[in-house]
Amino acid sequence: MRRSIFAVALAALALAAGTAGAADVKMAYVGEISGSIAVSGGNFRDGVILAVEEINARGGILKEKIALTLYDTQTNPGVARSQMQKAIDGDPYVILGPIFSGNVKVTLQMVQQAEIPDFIGGEAAELTTLGSAYLFRTSFGQQIGMPKIANYIRDELKAKTVALIWVNNDFGKGGRDKLMKELAARNIKLVADVSTESGQVDFAADVVKLKAANADAVFVYSNEEECARIMREARKQGLKGPFVGDTTLLSQKTIELAAEAANGVVGHVGLTADAPIPAVTEFAQRFQKRFNYKPDHNGIKGYTAVYAVKYVTEKKIGKFDRKALAKIMHGLTITPQEEPGILMETTWDNVGEIDRISFLAEVVNGKQNISKVLPKLGK
Amino acid sequence: MADILQLLVAGLATGGIYALVAVGFTLLWQTSQTINFAQGEFVMLPAFFVLIAMGYFGLPFWPAVAVGGAVSVVVLGLLFKKWMVDPMIRHGVLPLVIATIGLAILMKEMVREFYGADAWPFPALAATTDVAVLGAVFSVQSLIILAISLAVVAALQFFLNGTRTGRCMQATAQNPTVARLLGIRVDRMILYTFLINGALVWVASLLITPIYLAKFTNGEWLGLYAFIAAIIGGFNQVRGAIVGGLLLGVVDNFAAAYISSQYRTAIPLMILIVVILFRPQGLLGRVEERTV
Repeated sequence: MRRSIFAVALAALALAAGTAGAADVKMAYVGEISGSIAVSGGNFRDGVILAVEEINARGGILKEKIALTLYDTQTNPGVARSQMQKAIDGDPYVILGPIFSGNVKVTLQMVQQAEIPDFIGGEAAELTTLGSAYLFRTSFGQQIGMPKIANYIRDELKAKTVALIWVNNDFGKGGRDKLMKELAARNIKLVADVSTESGQVDFAADVVKLKAANADAVFVYSNEEECARIMREARKQGLKGPFVGDTTLLSQKTIELAAEAANGVVGHVGLTADAPIPAVTEFAQRFQKRFNYKPDHNGIKGYTAVYAVKYVTEKKIGKFDRKALAKIMHGLTITPQEEPGILMETTWDNVGEIDRISFLAEVVNGKQNISKVLPKLGK
Repeated sequence: MADILQLLVAGLATGGIYALVAVGFTLLWQTSQTINFAQGEFVMLPAFFVLIAMGYFGLPFWPAVAVGGAVSVVVLGLLFKKWMVDPMIRHGVLPLVIATIGLAILMKEMVREFYGADAWPFPALAATTDVAVLGAVFSVQSLIILAISLAVVAALQFFLNGTRTGRCMQATAQNPTVARLLGIRVDRMILYTFLINGALVWVASLLITPIYLAKFTNGEWLGLYAFIAAIIGGFNQVRGAIVGGLLLGVVDNFAAAYISSQYRTAIPLMILIVVILFRPQGLLGRVEERTV
């Protein structure tokens, strides 16, 4: 009897061990699921989840299913550090996020020391100048986007003066500094420089300042929620545009939150679900079906990051090797023919900066209309 | 000059909303010695009641608003009193205060968990047009917000001063023991106060959410501003809450425009400190004697 019980227990143990032995590849999403950047972080997370589900449905990466763990930074740098440490302690293959540039900055060294490739959503220009060999962007830095939009202001809008309203965080400050430099280089005068706070809800006073500046164009550079509130207040007070922005002002979430107040805004978008690219359109449809809302550029960022990892691991390395992945990513170009999940041809340089085609767009009747496709900088 | 007028009107509109919320604070304090630190979340919630009525039950906007109002009065008025205030007030004011702080956190996290952490658009009560007066352009929305806030406050004042029930409520606030001796149903008067507060926060929510979007964090700053407005105006005077709210809205706007956007939150807090130091009963409040 005792032997039977022992045998059964041993068999159960072996079964459990056998099940545990079918290893998963761990990925960690460390991002803004709540807080003032929850809109962006939520989109990025959902893009990641969609990619993980698709890849797992086809057998995973190198026959191992992806086990994704979510960590919420609450858009707070202090919390971001503790969550990133928790994620690192879980020994993931790669980390996805944060999206908020301030959180990327405070966790960058931790990721570098842990030698884990980190695919970030942050767009502040300085992030790729901080010397991390494990940091990879999923969208343009501001140093790529701002020259393009400055050209647009000069050549298409023919504006001689610009009033700028920006969010006072790492993302906003970086964008403001880059834009000021690009405008000055094109002899465009900045006649108002209005800083606002992250999470701010009341923009009445700020819009009054913009009105008083009487500029040829108003440049709005803030996070999605704040952009929507600014546009609502601007329309409420009758502030005349044109309103110009880079990515966040024209994002799907901003359009949804601002409703008719977003109509007429123009600008540069690095990524958009309305891009005239069939793969992007199909992705947007799958995303909408899965999550019941239309993705913005952050959803595309999260989605393509996971597929980039899959491609490099399967096609370039053939095993799970974090250091090799980081090394190969530098200078790599992935085309949609090689990996359909990448959606558009994407190149990473030796500091993790990204290069892709981008778009000029206008919001018409609640939708982004792409007016021009801009080539990669490398072409 | 045009800028000043625009800032004044925008500030009065925001201040009108602060006044509505601050009046709720003072009413609850006067009649039931309740300091409700969940008042900000009470303003945040009705917007989500309306969104749920529209999104999940498919109601058109105005019926959803009516449903939201009814739910607000019942949940944030009646149930709040029966389930939180009545059991806790026996233990004193401080335990109730702490309980309302906990309630604020609970409500905020429940919205975040069950509805979402994102901001959500909310339909405006009026079209986003503007009107030019004396060279200044005023938003019609701001004018409507100001008008509705003042109308609600005026109606409340009329109710409190001009009706028998209102005067009974005032008597209850002044001296519940004597009011009881005079045959006033004190418990019922206190209940009415809570129901009125439920209605006030519903109106405030409808006015503020179209501009600020529906988000679970809205209550944090709104509750703080309304509390400051009530203290500045006078915590034991409804008129004080009105003046405090309007003053705060205007000062906040002018501070952001002419001093600093970064320090706009500090200005009201500095005013609060000055008022507490030099006129602790508030601008229109009366000094309360203590029995020894």
